[in-house]
Amino acid sequence: MQITVKLFATFRNGRFKIELQEPPVDSDCRTIMLGLGLTEAEIGVVLVNGRHATLDHVLNNSDTLSLFPLVGGG
Amino acid sequence: MDKILRVNMTDLTTKLETVPANWAGLGGRGLTSTIVAAEVPATCHPLGENNKLVFAPGLLTGTAAANSGRLSAGAKSPLTGTIKESNAGGTAAQMLARLGIKALIIEGLPKGEAWYNLHVNKDGVSIQEEKELLGQGNFAVIEALEARLGKKTGILTIGPVGELKMTAANISVKDPDSKIRSHGRGGLGAVMGSKRIKFISIDDQGAPGIKIADPDKFKVAARTFAKALLDHPVSGEGLPTYGTNVLVNILNEAGGLPTRNFTTGQFAGADKISGETMNETITARGGKVKHGCHAGCIIQCSQVYNDKDGKYLTSGFEYETIWGLGADCCIDNLDDIAKADSIMDDIGIDSIETAVMFGVAMEAGILPWGDSKEMLRVLSEEIGKGTPLGRILGGGAGSVGKTYGVTRVPVVKNQAIPAYDPRSVKGIGITYATSTMGADHTAGYAIATNILNVGGFVDPLKKEGQVELSRNLQIATAAVDSTGMCIFVAFPALDIPECLPALIDMLNARFGIALTGDDVTNLGKHILKVERQFNIEAGFTNKHDRLPEFFSIETVAPHNAIWDFSDAEIDEFWNF
Repeated sequence: MQITVKLFATFRNGRFKIELQEPPVDSDCRTIMLGLGLTEAEIGVVLVNGRHATLDHVLNNSDTLSLFPLVGGG
Repeated sequence: MDKILRVNMTDLTTKLETVPANWAGLGGRGLTSTIVAAEVPATCHPLGENNKLVFAPGLLTGTAAANSGRLSAGAKSPLTGTIKESNAGGTAAQMLARLGIKALIIEGLPKGEAWYNLHVNKDGVSIQEEKELLGQGNFAVIEALEARLGKKTGILTIGPVGELKMTAANISVKDPDSKIRSHGRGGLGAVMGSKRIKFISIDDQGAPGIKIADPDKFKVAARTFAKALLDHPVSGEGLPTYGTNVLVNILNEAGGLPTRNFTTGQFAGADKISGETMNETITARGGKVKHGCHAGCIIQCSQVYNDKDGKYLTSGFEYETIWGLGADCCIDNLDDIAKADSIMDDIGIDSIETAVMFGVAMEAGILPWGDSKEMLRVLSEEIGKGTPLGRILGGGAGSVGKTYGVTRVPVVKNQAIPAYDPRSVKGIGITYATSTMGADHTAGYAIATNILNVGGFVDPLKKEGQVELSRNLQIATAAVDSTGMCIFVAFPALDIPECLPALIDMLNARFGIALTGDDVTNLGKHILKVERQFNIEAGFTNKHDRLPEFFSIETVAPHNAIWDFSDAEIDEFWNF
């Protein structure tokens, strides 16, 4: 299957802003995260198609996964 | 010995008063709201002789506590007709605190046409007639006063917008680099203008300073508190690196970035105006990615943004300003938004109210969507010069909406809704609806828990838990706003167990008292109730605690979210 991965803030350092990936069917967010060399402790917010998800969330074809460290403002 | 300074602009007299016992335990917002509620008739005209403008540093301001240098300004708001507290950084709060000034109360109206300035020093406050700086922008006022009175002078000033009493006018505060921070919201600059005060200068030479009741205990607590601020990823890394503008991308991804006057929740140009892009631009042009608005700020969410030639363009360049002129007006040119930010500082107008106003003005056809050059011209030539059109626009989003017959006008109690769509981030919608201040994200920042996973998680697209979340945040915020603390201490306070007890320990060590967590919560509740009672006496009811109708009629993409709280569900907020 094909998914779009978007990275933000410090996660972009040495990586990318946006990338198409072709992971095996039924991959979860954690698998994608680990493949990027990120650790669970670094993860702040996980969005799948703009909705909050957990790392256990299983991805579907053409999903967009957005990963953020903890960020804030206001 | 702490004191109250009272200035009467009707007979041009000043008084030095002792602090009444029931005000002794209050500071910042708790004190300004208590004084306004006690002394200002709720039905008075906000620009008339019976309104009062009150400044108060927080309970911890002037101490070595990190991030404690905020100044509260309060009055009845000419924008909302409600009570108002707006707090800002800059150097004035710490100077007033070191001078032992618990509050500065300005009352009455001058009888003639003359303008004045106030000067505060160790002997009290004096009134002088001011001629030279009338009509000047805030940057020119600061430059002239540093030449007149010395580089270290603290300054509170209004620009032409405040002089003309437009209801979006702000009060500018000089920061440590002689630039500007703002008491932005609610038109307090118009109240200062109504009293014909162009500026207030502060000289803290010979100030007695702050006496800490238990210095050892204070030092330990202050260290724990500062560590929590630096350890938390938001206050320790995200804010100093990307500023508050880090929020553009996450709100855009979550579908909560109000775009084209709140008609959709994502902006095609988001990346161009994002915190990540801003960080790269600042670095490439030799600016500063981090910068504090007051001495002792260790979060440093501000920055210095240079133009393409490496010359200073603006600082204190905030997410709400960038979102409003960016996504909400469909402008993707960050340099032009930075120019607008600087002009707004100079003419003295709230950048949130004004950015939202431009979205409504574009919908009204006053200027084209995305036309940043015309936006800059309108700011300088119409609003800054007080033309008839400029005065309509300088009255804020509600003013232009009413004048031009626009029905999609994002305001609550006539104050513009900022930066987070309440249909797709429902917790903040409850805050907008119920805040005693009119729409104000800082009053109960539900974004933390709805979007950012700070303080737990409450699904932004569902109604469950939002009223309770907003209530708890608004109570805590009212208390924090009384300490002089920057609201961003809430990020570590929500996640790191040692943070809030350390803040309370600092209060106890400062005053030699024994507050508990419950006492602090009760203070927050008390402040909200005092403010609400003022609003009720001013004529507000629960029917004013509502979002504009269009949020319940029009869905917002990409989640097709709608505002679906019943009146009874919203009113449950005040059940405490």
